[in-house]
Amino acid sequence: MSSELPRTLEHYRHAVRAHELSAEEYLDETRQLIERGDPQVKAFLHLRLDTARSDAQASNPSSPLAGAPIAVKDNIMMAGERCTCGSRILEHYVAPYSATAVQLLLAAGAVVPGKTNLDEFAMGSSTENSAFFPTHNPADPTRVPGGSSGGSTAAVAAGFALGAIGSDTGGSVRQPAAFCGVVGFKPTYGLVSRYGLVAFGSSLDCIGPIARSVRDAAIMMNVMAAHDPKDATSVKRPHVDFEAALQPTLAGKRVGLIRELQGLDVQPEIAAAMDMARKAAVKSGASIVDVSVPHILSALPVYYIIAPAECSANLGRFDGVRYGLHIDGRDMTETYSRTRDAGFGTEVKRRILIGAFVLSAGYYDAYYRKASSVRQLIADELDTALQSADVLLTPTTPTTAFRIGAVTDPLEMYKADVFTIPANLAGAPAVSFPAGKDAADLPIGLQLMGPRWSDAELLSSANVLFTALGGES
Amino acid sequence: MTTTIGLEIHVQLATRTKMFCGCGTAFGDAPNTHVCPVCLGLPGALPTLNAEAVRLATRIATALGCTVHEVSEFSRKNYFYPDLPKSYQITQFDRPIATGGSLPIVTERGARSVRLTRAHIEEDAGKSMHAADITLGGETLVDFNRCGMPLIEIVTEPDMQSGDEAYEFLRNLRRLVRWLGVSSGDMEKGAMRCDVNVSVSPDPAKRGTKVEIKNLNSFRSVKRAIDYEEQRQAQCLGDCTPIMTETRHFDEVQGTTTAMRSKEASNDYRYFPEPDLPLLQLDPAELASLRAQMPELPWEVQSRFERDLSLSPYDAALLTEERSTAEFFQQAIAFYDNPKKVASYMGTEVAKLLNERGKTLTETQLTPATLAGLLMMVEHNAISNTASKDVLPLLMDTGTTPMEAVRSLGLEQISDTSAIEGFAREVIAENVIQVEQFRGGKEAVLGFLVGQLMKKSKGKANPKLAGDTLRRLLK
Repeated sequence: MSSELPRTLEHYRHAVRAHELSAEEYLDETRQLIERGDPQVKAFLHLRLDTARSDAQASNPSSPLAGAPIAVKDNIMMAGERCTCGSRILEHYVAPYSATAVQLLLAAGAVVPGKTNLDEFAMGSSTENSAFFPTHNPADPTRVPGGSSGGSTAAVAAGFALGAIGSDTGGSVRQPAAFCGVVGFKPTYGLVSRYGLVAFGSSLDCIGPIARSVRDAAIMMNVMAAHDPKDATSVKRPHVDFEAALQPTLAGKRVGLIRELQGLDVQPEIAAAMDMARKAAVKSGASIVDVSVPHILSALPVYYIIAPAECSANLGRFDGVRYGLHIDGRDMTETYSRTRDAGFGTEVKRRILIGAFVLSAGYYDAYYRKASSVRQLIADELDTALQSADVLLTPTTPTTAFRIGAVTDPLEMYKADVFTIPANLAGAPAVSFPAGKDAADLPIGLQLMGPRWSDAELLSSANVLFTALGGES
Repeated sequence: MTTTIGLEIHVQLATRTKMFCGCGTAFGDAPNTHVCPVCLGLPGALPTLNAEAVRLATRIATALGCTVHEVSEFSRKNYFYPDLPKSYQITQFDRPIATGGSLPIVTERGARSVRLTRAHIEEDAGKSMHAADITLGGETLVDFNRCGMPLIEIVTEPDMQSGDEAYEFLRNLRRLVRWLGVSSGDMEKGAMRCDVNVSVSPDPAKRGTKVEIKNLNSFRSVKRAIDYEEQRQAQCLGDCTPIMTETRHFDEVQGTTTAMRSKEASNDYRYFPEPDLPLLQLDPAELASLRAQMPELPWEVQSRFERDLSLSPYDAALLTEERSTAEFFQQAIAFYDNPKKVASYMGTEVAKLLNERGKTLTETQLTPATLAGLLMMVEHNAISNTASKDVLPLLMDTGTTPMEAVRSLGLEQISDTSAIEGFAREVIAENVIQVEQFRGGKEAVLGFLVGQLMKKSKGKANPKLAGDTLRRLLK
């Protein structure tokens, strides 16, 4: 991107309001970047640049997002646009309505350049499970961008958009944000409406912003955090100004390190980044505390029971009867199985089968019920830990971005989510922010987790560390 | 042989909008006109709970004496069918809104109470229309207007022993849901649907094999299906043919039941808590006020009418079929304190006219005051009972007062002594033979003479006064 162009939403908005830049000029620059870069990165499943340009022209410079391009993950509805979820089964599906989060972004002056690639139905950690093509990491095109919101994070990292939205069920915003070197925020469950997000694990799914700075994520949260009567799990809360809540220091904050995670095998440069973050925290006035979350290592198996269970029900509607792919069989049952066999990829089928199994008569108690109890236990333990600490600091991922095709064992892939999953199980907010690079010049991401509804304070703490560790501000 | 019967009844709650979306609940509109992303289960759409449906469900559960739970939970029931667009039905499983309770029935075996297992809230599915129902060239079409309609499912204990008892249970339940304004209870419109479990055993201490019967579209079908099934199972027991635990389909035309394919009957529904809806929490204060505001229930009113007003069981039942009728009756007897007369008049003359008009009492202009006024005019001999039957239609159709109606029809009874004397003298002059017979001691002839007088007065003469006058003049 040319040096005069603003790199963050914050600076962009300032430039547009100062009439140094117009939304359509910025969009034209963005278009060039996309046209030059996306054939290699493959962040987008569909582009709508002409429409976006007229939207930019019509945008109000004094609106909160002032015509800024914001990319949307292709499992979030935008009326009139295709919404494929990265799946053959919805390859030609056109959204008849817009998700609440999209409506709010548009109303705040965002323009959407396109819908971004993802692991099919958000199931995966590399965006290799897209039925259409894998997305490449802009930092190193031989590597994955992470997933499942890999298209959105790659788009933001490559300058194809000033921000993006993704969905985070077990880390799908934070893990690719870490791999691509951008900020990814999973809000408290219930803070951002899920209406219009194609459900994967309904009790875990959150829409969250992806941005180049923590402040930009806060600016997007100011637009998206709103009670939605269309989502019964959306919670009515007093208004919070996320941007105004950003504080310059960590004075008086207690940063917790989770004892049970210390023994985990983490790439050395990531361990070093953790050390740097700890020192930066102390330097900024925080104290470091040791906390215990005894069952945190059960989070991964618990997640891989609950999320598939919910997905097995959520994905049942893709049966070829009313919309989407339809392949005729001799009878109703054969039509269902042929449609679903052709329409779903391997990982989706694997999770549907796991889900149906753990819910089935005779196995429910041993799997689903037990997993639900352990989930509650972990949430309670996190609550307790967050009484002696204001935020918990962990790596976002055990490694930096791996090579495309390098991880073939699904269990190995699942392990990439070990640090991110607990926040989803607890419904707690968590943010991944860039914290330097490894020896191969690949981005490293660290994660801060906080108590439910501490989103603004959490972003404030993340902003201090992000800035201290060299992030854009 | 002992027959044991349990029922599962779906009652559609009379809300304005569907269970989880804002679509309307009108019946009989063009297919797929009351649909939206939520009830069509489109990707990304989410359910939001209809508070009115919960209120109605709570009302019926309270009336049935159920324990209404302050916290209950929605679950997903998973199965594939084209009329189920989400591939799961949102229902309640582990933690229903209500458990326990009972409903009284009266049959030949006397008054009894049928215990209830539970009541839970759920959404309805769409309606599949197969080639047999429509001329579609073998296709099946689906109408989603019904999809997402709010239902309460009421499950009984196996407390009934005959088709008659099941029939009475359903009748009384329908009366209750209408009484409370919770549902139209209309089985033809699918507002009330019933599945039956029947088992027959030679040993009264042991229960036989449970057979479920589906496709019961009327109360009569329920009774017929049970009667058939009782006889079929008894026959099996006699022949030593095993009775299968299965679901059977009632054939309305044949009056028989046939086994459904086992595939349709054996499903693992993989229930689990619905993550899109928080726990359903009822406000204890609202529950208390609902209990406090509960009206007197139909069977309570019915026995009060029998006990305190000495009405016949027949009249009491008739007057408590609809709450508006019972209320009408009670208001009418406040004006005219003759419960038996009012009840009998409502059960005969009023009922007849309503039937002719195809209307309910509240749909006419008749009021408790005008009906009471009419009956009082009869009692005070202002008009004859016969004449009242000509007045009633006017009260019903125009809403006029009895006085005015009587005047406009010229039906005032003649109680003026001089006018009646005039008629009497004419009758005496014209019927010499009968007059002689009467004077000769043949009392019965007086009736004939009164009849003649009535004819002359065009029925308006007060018959008692007519008799007295004739008797006086013939002395």
